[in-house]
Parts: sequence; C-alpha cells; structure tokens
Amino acid sequence: MSLELTLHTSPQVPVEAENISPDKFAGLTIAEIETLSVMHGNEQLTLADFFKVEGQTGAEIHLQGDLSRLKYIGSGMSSGHIHIHGNTGQHLGAAMSGGEILVDGDAGDWVAPDMSGGRIQIKGNAGHMVGSAYRGSPVGILGGEIIIHGDVRNEAGHGMRNGMIVVGGNSGDFTGVDMLAGSIIVLGKLGIRSGAGMKRGSIVTLQAAAMLPTFSYACTYQPTYLRIYMQYLKDSGLAIDEAHISGNYERWSGDAIELNRGEILLYKD
Amino acid sequence: MKIKSTEIVDTFAEAFKMWASRIIITAQTSDWALAAARSMTGFATSVIGCKCEAGIERQITADSSPDKRPGVSVLLFAMDSESLGKRLVERIGQCVMTCPTTACYNGLQSEHSVVVGGQLRYFGDGFQISKKLNDRRYWRIPVMDGEFLVDEKFNVQAAVGGGNILLLGKDMNTTLRAVKAAVKAMREVEGIILPFPDGVVRSGSKIGSKYKALIASTNDAYCPTLRAVRQDTSLAADVNCVLEIVIDGLDEAAVREAMRRGLYAAAKPGIRQITAGNYGGDLGQFKIDLHSLVDGQ
Repeated sequence: MSLELTLHTSPQVPVEAENISPDKFAGLTIAEIETLSVMHGNEQLTLADFFKVEGQTGAEIHLQGDLSRLKYIGSGMSSGHIHIHGNTGQHLGAAMSGGEILVDGDAGDWVAPDMSGGRIQIKGNAGHMVGSAYRGSPVGILGGEIIIHGDVRNEAGHGMRNGMIVVGGNSGDFTGVDMLAGSIIVLGKLGIRSGAGMKRGSIVTLQAAAMLPTFSYACTYQPTYLRIYMQYLKDSGLAIDEAHISGNYERWSGDAIELNRGEILLYKD
Repeated sequence: MKIKSTEIVDTFAEAFKMWASRIIITAQTSDWALAAARSMTGFATSVIGCKCEAGIERQITADSSPDKRPGVSVLLFAMDSESLGKRLVERIGQCVMTCPTTACYNGLQSEHSVVVGGQLRYFGDGFQISKKLNDRRYWRIPVMDGEFLVDEKFNVQAAVGGGNILLLGKDMNTTLRAVKAAVKAMREVEGIILPFPDGVVRSGSKIGSKYKALIASTNDAYCPTLRAVRQDTSLAADVNCVLEIVIDGLDEAAVREAMRRGLYAAAKPGIRQITAGNYGGDLGQFKIDLHSLVDGQ
C-alpha cells in the first residue's frame, strides 16, 4: 500500500508545498494530512485544495498530476520515499538529509539546494542550479546523490562541497563552478567554462570538452575509483558501456586561479 | 574411532579467540593481485613471532570484485582489534600499495572497524583525494602508476585461531601426501586460512621452554627423534613423521568444517593416527573435539 496524492486542481501560480514530505506526514491521519498548509502565491491554502489524498499513511508517497508549479516537494525530508509520476517544480528536495525522491518526468530549477544526504533520481530533465549554492552562499550541497537521466541547464553543482551529481544527458554552462569537493559526472557534453573557480572535486565527462586555460593536462590513465562509480551508475540504469568502466581518461588539473586541486576527467576512447 | 585404517584420537583441538579482517585486493591482472596477496601474507604464520597470522582465502573473479577486476581475498588475524588495525596499516601500506595497479577494499560485514585508508592517505602528502559513495569513503593516493585506491575503514570481527590437526604417519613421503590432500580439501571451506607454508607446519610447539626467554619451544612429545629420550612421548613405535595443519577461521563453524574435511582427506594407509594439539583446555576459549567431527557422531 502507498499514500496517493492526486492533483485535482491545477494551481494558477506556483505553490510552495514543503509540507509534502514523509517527515511532515509522519504520525498524521489522512484527514490531518489534508489540512496541512500550502502557500498558493500569497494565499495560505491546504493540501486538500489541490490534492485528493487516499491510501495508507506512513507508506511511500505517490504524487500524480502535473506538479510543475509545485515547489519544495520533499523539502527537509530525512527518510522515506516520494515518487512523483510526472513533472515537478523548483526546489525539489531542498535541504533533504535522507530518503529518496524519484521523478518520472522533469524537474524545475534549484533541485536540492542545501542537500546533505539522501537520493534524488529524475528520469527526465532538470533546470538550472541543480545541487547549487543559493545566491550569496559559498557552499552548495554537502552530500547525497542527484541522478538526472536527461539534461540539466547552467551551474549544476555550483559550490558543492560533497556528494554526487550525475547527468545522463548534457549539462549547461559553468557546471561545477566554484566547486569545493564532491563529484559531478556528465555522460553527455559539458557546457562551457565548466569547473571555473573549482578548488577541489571531480568533474567527469564521457565526451570531449573545451577546457578553460586555467586547467592543465596531467596524464591519461585508468582511475580505479571511476570503475566503482561507473558500475554504480550502470546499476542505476544509466547508459554506461564496459569501455566507460575500464577505459582511459585524460586528467586535467585546475582551476589554477584557485587551489588547482580539482580535476576534470575526460573519457578517451 | 577410525576413519578407514586411521585412528582418530579421542582428544580436542584447543583454539583461541582472535580478531579477523578480510581484505580484497584487486589489480589489472590476477597475477598482480596474487603478487600483492603473497607479499601481504608473508611472514604471518604465527602471532607468537609475526604479530599476526594471514593467508590467501581464495581468488575472486572480476565479475564479483568491487571494481570488476580480478582479485584475491586475504584473511588476517591478530589477538585484538587494535593490533589488527596496526597490522593492516603496515601490510597494506608496504605490500599492497607498493604493488603495481592494485586497489584494496574491506571484504567483511561487521559492526566493528579500524581505520586503514584514513591513515595510509598521509602518504599522499596532501595530494590524496577522498571519495564517498553510499556512505563508503575511499582514498585515492597518487602513486607512480596512477592512483592507489583504498577503503578508509576495514571491518573486523571476533574470530577463531589455532584450530589444528596433527597427522602421525609411518614415514615422511606418506605423511606429506596425506597432508597435501588434507590442505587441498580444507581450502575449499570459505572463511578459513591455513597460515603456515602451503598450509603445513612441522615445528609444532608447546608452551614454555627450559630457556626463560622463550615463551614456546619445540613440541618434543611429537618429535620422532626424541622418542627414545622422552618418557612421555606421544608417538607409537611405527610413527616416524608428524605434520600439523593450523586453521584460523572467521567463526568456529568454519574451523570445524575445515578440520572435518582435513580428517577425511588425510585418513590414508600409512597415517597411523590423527590427533590435535591442546593445552589441557585451560588456555583456549574453544575446544573442538575430533570425534565430534566424524560423521555419525
């Protein structure tokens, strides 16, 4: 059994729905869940104004309908599962520390800002600033996994300090900008100026990429740790060939305007 | 009690509580993984003189190894978890990290762990890189062929050391053949190692010595050359060679199963008796009765 939330009224403006979270639902009856508040623009409404709620409480949460105007789903969650059977809006999984969110469709901008743990998997595309630091903050995600099977737009992993972001398609410009640590793996093409200002951390891509002049070629080798990561991604359903697991990668060190301890690994077939 | 024509002596092997770890070594080829494993398990026959006991448990196919390269599983035993941690740092640092193309992973499930890669990382002189996947932290240490990848922590668990059987044969060749057959059969058991050379020890020991500095000395009751001068010899008149197999295992069940297989494989014509070493039952935490290992008992 699962707890089903089915959208019956599409919002006219974005809805802030941070109460849709296993942590917030814990211990509540269905009637109590229906009365949880959401902000529809500047108007406070309840979940029941938008969703039909049924099923078993305390179980996996399933969301049905076009939720591209719903923001902050799974915000602050520390455990449990949310399955979104469609698109979702901005700030998905903001500040989540555990649990898992699965999105069958696309996600908006700002996936998982301030994430410290847990796992988000998006089968479609995501917008700008995936796993990024908020404007004005020097630090992005602190941990966890974000796996996007499609494309992402600009500044994925901006300032990330730990964790892993995986992009099955292409990433936009400034991927991993100001990165502090962690891993970004892009199976498609990297946007321009990727790794700009990075101090530490790894950006990996399976396609050729234009390097900033502040990155220097180090060597071509077979990073053992990537074998484990690539196998893990293959097991997660991403298109990883045996050659990507056992193949050679060019190692580029940068960004020389910072510590020069980051790396971009380019697959060489 | 007999197995075929070999008498199984009514006695027990006295085994001890130890701490164990399982180390998975992978490399570009199985030869390099084996080279590292052989180096790591060298000079590790007995805690008395080597501070630890170690051996190769089995080879691992690429399909079932952590990084999909061929590998070797090594078991390492010490008397306590702290000592085990020190031995792991020494031996992985000196014998595995030094070997071309290797990586080294924890291979044990346990609630106890010791920090290994977290100490070896300092060899990287600040250029080491940490990677964390699924709550498991690895260290990438730059070396001259690329990087040495090692788990930050290795799990350890309480284990059993010092299970043993002694083969009493009519002559050397007969006893050697029997002991080789026993070793082969015992090594089929998962979770055990036989830490002595090719699994066999000829210099069995007793506790103490006439020399105060020594804590152990030759097991004179089982030395054929001393039969005429030892009143309490344990050897019958037609026994001219004794060889021992020592077994360390992750648990008592694994040690018992290895001993059981050893009994049956070694029971051959010319092997007069199979017995076991003990200290009267006062020292070890485990007593493995030989008769209880014989089928139907």
